[in-house]
Amino acid sequence: MSTLPDKRMTEDEVVGELRSGMTIGIGGWASRRKPMSLIRAILRSDLTDLTIVSYGGPDIGLLCAAGKVRKAVYGFVSLDTIPLEPHFRLARQSGAIEAMELDEGMLLLGLQAAAWRIPFIPTRAGLGTDLPIVMPELQMVQSPYPGPDGGPGEEMLAMPALPLDAALIHQNRADQGGNGQFLGSDLYMDDLFAMAAENTYMSCEQIIPTEDFARHGSFHTQRISRLMTTGVIEAPGGAHFTECPPDYGRDEAFQKQYAASASSPELWDEFKQQWIDLESEAEYQQAVAARRAEGGSR
Amino acid sequence: MSDATAEATRDEICVVAVAECFRGDGERLCNPIGTIPMIGGRLARESFEPHLVMTDGFGMFTSSVLPPNTDPYESVDGHLQLNEVVEAWNPYPQMFPVLWNGRRHVMMGGSQIDQFGNQNFACIGDWHKPKAQLLGFRGAPGNTINHTTSYWIPNHNPKVFVPKVDVVSGVGYDRARELGPEASRFHEVRRVVTNLAVLDFETPDNRMRLRSGHPGVTVDQIVEATGFELVIPEAVAETRLPTDDELRLIREVIDPKDLRKTEVKP
Repeated sequence: MSTLPDKRMTEDEVVGELRSGMTIGIGGWASRRKPMSLIRAILRSDLTDLTIVSYGGPDIGLLCAAGKVRKAVYGFVSLDTIPLEPHFRLARQSGAIEAMELDEGMLLLGLQAAAWRIPFIPTRAGLGTDLPIVMPELQMVQSPYPGPDGGPGEEMLAMPALPLDAALIHQNRADQGGNGQFLGSDLYMDDLFAMAAENTYMSCEQIIPTEDFARHGSFHTQRISRLMTTGVIEAPGGAHFTECPPDYGRDEAFQKQYAASASSPELWDEFKQQWIDLESEAEYQQAVAARRAEGGSR
Repeated sequence: MSDATAEATRDEICVVAVAECFRGDGERLCNPIGTIPMIGGRLARESFEPHLVMTDGFGMFTSSVLPPNTDPYESVDGHLQLNEVVEAWNPYPQMFPVLWNGRRHVMMGGSQIDQFGNQNFACIGDWHKPKAQLLGFRGAPGNTINHTTSYWIPNHNPKVFVPKVDVVSGVGYDRARELGPEASRFHEVRRVVTNLAVLDFETPDNRMRLRSGHPGVTVDQIVEATGFELVIPEAVAETRLPTDDELRLIREVIDPKDLRKTEVKP
């Protein structure tokens, strides 16, 4: 008889499996369904020198502000309702981080190549732009097949695979074996992040028995298989302050406070003290609940 | 409240100029980004290009006429309810295959654009240590080399229309030409619509040309607001006014909350 493995872990146990200098992929998109409880655990840890690969939002911003990032690999970094991520901008403008700034589709191809264990995927994206000029590590490749007019093969940009030491993703539901379910309108590239990584740690709003997935959404929503996951973390509110529909929307007031904290070192210290320098995710969630009870004006 | 009989204002002229960019596109993904672009795209579909496909701004192709900034998703009893008519599910992992496939015309913004239509919204200054980090390359490289692109610049001035962009994120005609006819065969920068004028690249060497000036704007004003030499035709056309039916659609159906006026002052 088959048995479901038990992959349940805590955020701090996940951090215990990560090492400084690792390349870590983060799922979600901008300020949408980010595995924030795992990010918060990294912020509490002494991990450093990380390479972060992400369709970036506050994950990259927070990790930059806390000095955890050596290099960021991204197509954009945005908070959606606040188009430019202020903490990330500071890091870029001060030269504090190295950057691999890609076309959004190229980032998809890099993850896809890593997921398929192939060295690169050819693409037209990037041709004629400054991408290969400012990032000379991006190489060209000639098609071995004749071009459309029968001439020599086309020159394409060879988007290199972006293999990850670890991926962090957040789903709405999961079972203890590491199968995941998204209930919003978009999986984003979470499945590619999971397959591109040596180990994938998936947080979720709620761990449920496998047979209950069907009560929450159609089978089309069950896109993360336990083949792709190493650990599963039950983290209600784990995507806060990013959105996680249909469970909750973005906490815009909180996000505003976070963004404003980039305007001076004092405001950042205050934000850090209040929301990062905490004992645990549980303490964070209690603080968020208290803030909400006060009408979000704190 | 809007009055359907009042004279057209600048913002409405811009909306119609945007809609005109999509004329002739037929059954293509019309993907305008920004408030006036979104209204202009919807206007094209509600009038002369009825087969255009459009998104809801998120993960769906929708036939609904959603006013700009409408969020059609609602959480009801733990399920996502969509308050719109969905033609097809098109989440981000599917959007890239659609654009690589080429059946799309995007209208993007730009922090800088030059005379050949090279566009920059990545950063200002040296890319390696930017003075101002902006959006990053985002989708511009893939979009411009794979399908038709137009631009919307709500504030036409010499800081945007520059002789040389700091970083090329969107490919212009000179860069496309250097790539050769094969690699650039899907490249087309069709129009640039601004608060002052409509510009195109329909010149022998694809330099930017003044296609039409908006009513009430002089050629001198446009030239002064442009930081490089524009090709000025002998007779400069005036951007056309909205028809009565277009004004009604804009004011009553597509943008009843007058959001267009937040992007361009009437």
